[in-house]
Amino acid sequence: MSIGLVGAAYVAAAILFILALGGLSGQESAKRAVWYGIAGMALAVGATIFGPGVGAYALVILMLAIGAAVGSYVAMRVQMTEMPQLVAALHSFVGLAAVFIGYNAHIELGNVLALKAGLSPTLNDVGQLAALQEAGVKGFALVLAQKDAVEINILRVEVFLGVFIGAVTFTGSVVAFGKLAGKIDGKAKKLLLPTAESPVPFISGHYLNAAAAVLSALLLIAYFSGGGLWALLLMTLLAFFIGWHLIMGIGGADMPVVVSMLNSYSGWAAAAIGFTLGNDLLIVTGALVGSSGAILSYIMCKAMNRSFISVILGGFGAAAGPAQEVEGEQVSIDAEGVAAALNDADSIIIIPGYGMAVAQAQQSVSELTRKLRAAGKEVRFAIHPVAGRLPGHMNVLLAEAKVPYDIVLEMDEINDDFPDTDVAIVIGSNDIVNPAAQDDPNSPIAGMPVLECWKAKQVIVSKRGQGTGYSGIENPLFYKDNTRMFYGDAKKSVDSLLPLID
Amino acid sequence: MKIGTPKESFAGEARVAMTPDSAKALAKLGHSCVIESGAGQAAGFTDAAYEAAGVEVAKTAASLWKMADVVAKVRPPSITEAKRLTAGKTLISFFYPAQSPELLELCSKQGATVIAMDMVPRISRAQKMDALSSMANIAGYRAVIEAGNNFGRFFTGQVTAAGKVPPAKVLVIGAGVAGLAAIGTATSLGAITYAFDVRPEVAEQIESMGAEFVYLDFDGPAQDGAATGGYAAPSSPEFREKQLEKFRELAPDIDIVITTALIPGRDAPKLWLADMVAAMKPGSVVVDLAAERGGNCDLTVADEKVVSDNGVTVIGYTDFPSRMAAQASTLYSNNIRHMLSDLTPAKDGVIQHDMEDDVIRGATVTKGGEVTYPPPKPKVAAIAAQKPKEKPRELTPEERRAQEVAEFRAQTRSQVTLLVAGGLLMGLVGAYAPASFMSHFIVFALACFVGFQVIWNVSHSLHTPLMSVTNAISGIVILGALLQIGSGSWVVMILAALSILIATINIVGGFLVTRRMLAMFQKS
Repeated sequence: MSIGLVGAAYVAAAILFILALGGLSGQESAKRAVWYGIAGMALAVGATIFGPGVGAYALVILMLAIGAAVGSYVAMRVQMTEMPQLVAALHSFVGLAAVFIGYNAHIELGNVLALKAGLSPTLNDVGQLAALQEAGVKGFALVLAQKDAVEINILRVEVFLGVFIGAVTFTGSVVAFGKLAGKIDGKAKKLLLPTAESPVPFISGHYLNAAAAVLSALLLIAYFSGGGLWALLLMTLLAFFIGWHLIMGIGGADMPVVVSMLNSYSGWAAAAIGFTLGNDLLIVTGALVGSSGAILSYIMCKAMNRSFISVILGGFGAAAGPAQEVEGEQVSIDAEGVAAALNDADSIIIIPGYGMAVAQAQQSVSELTRKLRAAGKEVRFAIHPVAGRLPGHMNVLLAEAKVPYDIVLEMDEINDDFPDTDVAIVIGSNDIVNPAAQDDPNSPIAGMPVLECWKAKQVIVSKRGQGTGYSGIENPLFYKDNTRMFYGDAKKSVDSLLPLID
Repeated sequence: MKIGTPKESFAGEARVAMTPDSAKALAKLGHSCVIESGAGQAAGFTDAAYEAAGVEVAKTAASLWKMADVVAKVRPPSITEAKRLTAGKTLISFFYPAQSPELLELCSKQGATVIAMDMVPRISRAQKMDALSSMANIAGYRAVIEAGNNFGRFFTGQVTAAGKVPPAKVLVIGAGVAGLAAIGTATSLGAITYAFDVRPEVAEQIESMGAEFVYLDFDGPAQDGAATGGYAAPSSPEFREKQLEKFRELAPDIDIVITTALIPGRDAPKLWLADMVAAMKPGSVVVDLAAERGGNCDLTVADEKVVSDNGVTVIGYTDFPSRMAAQASTLYSNNIRHMLSDLTPAKDGVIQHDMEDDVIRGATVTKGGEVTYPPPKPKVAAIAAQKPKEKPRELTPEERRAQEVAEFRAQTRSQVTLLVAGGLLMGLVGAYAPASFMSHFIVFALACFVGFQVIWNVSHSLHTPLMSVTNAISGIVILGALLQIGSGSWVVMILAALSILIATINIVGGFLVTRRMLAMFQKS
């Protein structure tokens, strides 16, 4: 295949990728859009393999086969509740691949420069090229050989950046995976260094990240001015540390932002590699993915009324004053009581949260919905943008359980309907239904948009125990007069309701 | 106790205060019943039917009044009837104590107890004996039927082989019980119905019945119906002017007008003036439910149907409930029965006239020779006061326009700022970078821009599929590895091979899992 044909295939692939992302605006068009994506990827990979400058076909095909087998096995086996972990794990692969490719570029560059230095200085450009080809230089290395001094300097920066972003993405994603899979404690943790003089006994972990970043910048200068592999290696280690430490410092509830941010990073890493290799398709695709992840993070942050910076740096800001005292007591209710309330109700809104995912209760919730709808009641779902651990997490779980998507509504669509609702059922969500966000200016989540379920005539909260939610904030909702607490595992609770609904 | 119902002495009154069914229910309270012969005839209840229900039939009115301890009737008593009310007897009927002080005086002098059905307070508990509402409901229904009877066209619009029929347009003024009943009847017949009321809070009720609320642009304080026990209060002259202006505007389009506007204790306000009738099309109908109190329409003549010079029929009947005597008697007798059941709490046939009870106290106008009208304020507030609603102020067209312009300017400013800043940045890069870099950089910047534009439209619920599909697409780094694997160096080859492996896992896994997720989304 000629370079021209490869270029044409790349253009087609880029357009297909754009269509694939654009098609996600609706459930039906999305089903088609994913095929555009697959077609684009097949075209891109096919054109590259059969294009110029690729060798070792046996190895390539072997690796593709193994990769495809592993990929499809994982995709078929994964539970929908494990989707956040899977996405995080896959991000780490992109990051690692970017690191490897960056190193390759560095090694090739070294080889080519060494060869070039060995050639007689009297040869002109064409002669040099011919001599290099004779010496067995081919493919990517040949492209490198044609670069002049400025271009090689830029290439160094690109390699450095690609490896840096890739490395941060890799360890960051691994930590995110660990946290989401429950293999690492979900609480925000930062390394703390004791200092002698400061009145505060520890300095914040932010300084460690900042120091690592500054060191990396110094290493870039070192690498730029001829420093060899050691600079690159040291920087990679530092980037690994930053990725690990950054995500360790971010708590479970902020994971939707983290995952979409890592998604963005993986895109930028691909774009940086694209610059290194001079491949436009890589640049286009990387930029698409990078900007999409960035916007998604922005949307998530807006849903939590927090700045991107504060999420990335981890933890909540210090409260401005004492939190409001919560008065009253939590009144519990048993399954019979909940069933009676549901049987009497005409309109019901269900608010699912991460607790539903943890308890794997989506099938039971779907069954409950089916029964209630069969009894002629209006049942709808209210989804907060940051419910769950992944953007759109709840929608996917409900879809898996065959809840029709047209009764699953966004916060803005449904928030005004609560006053006309007979029963609101909160299943495993906490902060996203916390009235303190509106009532208490001192609350750490003050100003965050929340689902105003307390305006419904009755609220039933399905919850494991009396503890506070992820953010550790007391939830006044649980103490309201029209709230009843339905303690127990979400799945068991909902299952116990099913036979009681007529 | 013996409950008796005489034949109504008022000319043309067809209703009766006791039906065979209500008599059976009264018997269960321990009372015995007596009825004047022929009292139920006009409403379709024969003496035989009463006898079958265990009611004694009295031959004459005089004997009935003598026999009964409690007399239940519809209309206020005539002077003769009032004189028959001897001490210790109780009368339950409409009475209108405010309008007929002489009658009230007479009854109290006789030493009788009078319970006025029109004085039952309007609280939830008393709704079952609210005869004004049950009669108004009938009047509203009947008003539409009378209008239809005098209106030469269909209510509903039809397209037939013989031509197109436009729907009738009905305007209901005053959305009390009668007004709402009229709205319901008119809409169910297929008419396009508009309704007006001075109390803005009834707009919701009007809309719930299927009519369109006629809004007035009026800045003054809105009336709060709760303050006057759910009734309308007199409106300010400015408001009245505005209101008439609106009616004048509507008059030429309206086929049927039903007016029900009454203010407690006053003459009916004049709302449909002579010039509005003149503006209506020939064949149009005005039904004035307030005719008894002077009428809402200038042309109304009480108890008569008149036709204006331009062919508009103005109906001023005052006996709409009586025109549906069977229905009206059934409902009214039920109201009476509920009143008696409150008066006999023990169900032992002994009346306990409890003056501490808000409802009974309110309805009792004379007791033991004393006039007990007007009653003190009820202990429980009738209707919860309306919370002052903070309505977002409607912007005038100019203000809205100004706002739009300001928003547009702000947007333009921010976009231009961004473009200039972005352009400067590009220029800076371009000034130092070589051409080969710049060509890639252009592609990069454009792709970022396309990404931003595309992702904003992604549906919220599809964010997870978006993540997994972008994740799959970011597996495009495989191209880099593919380009490098052909290199001579074995280290490069191994690293590239590993990269291909993991990038493939990424691509295949990402796409397949996205497909799996999207296949799950389904409509109900």
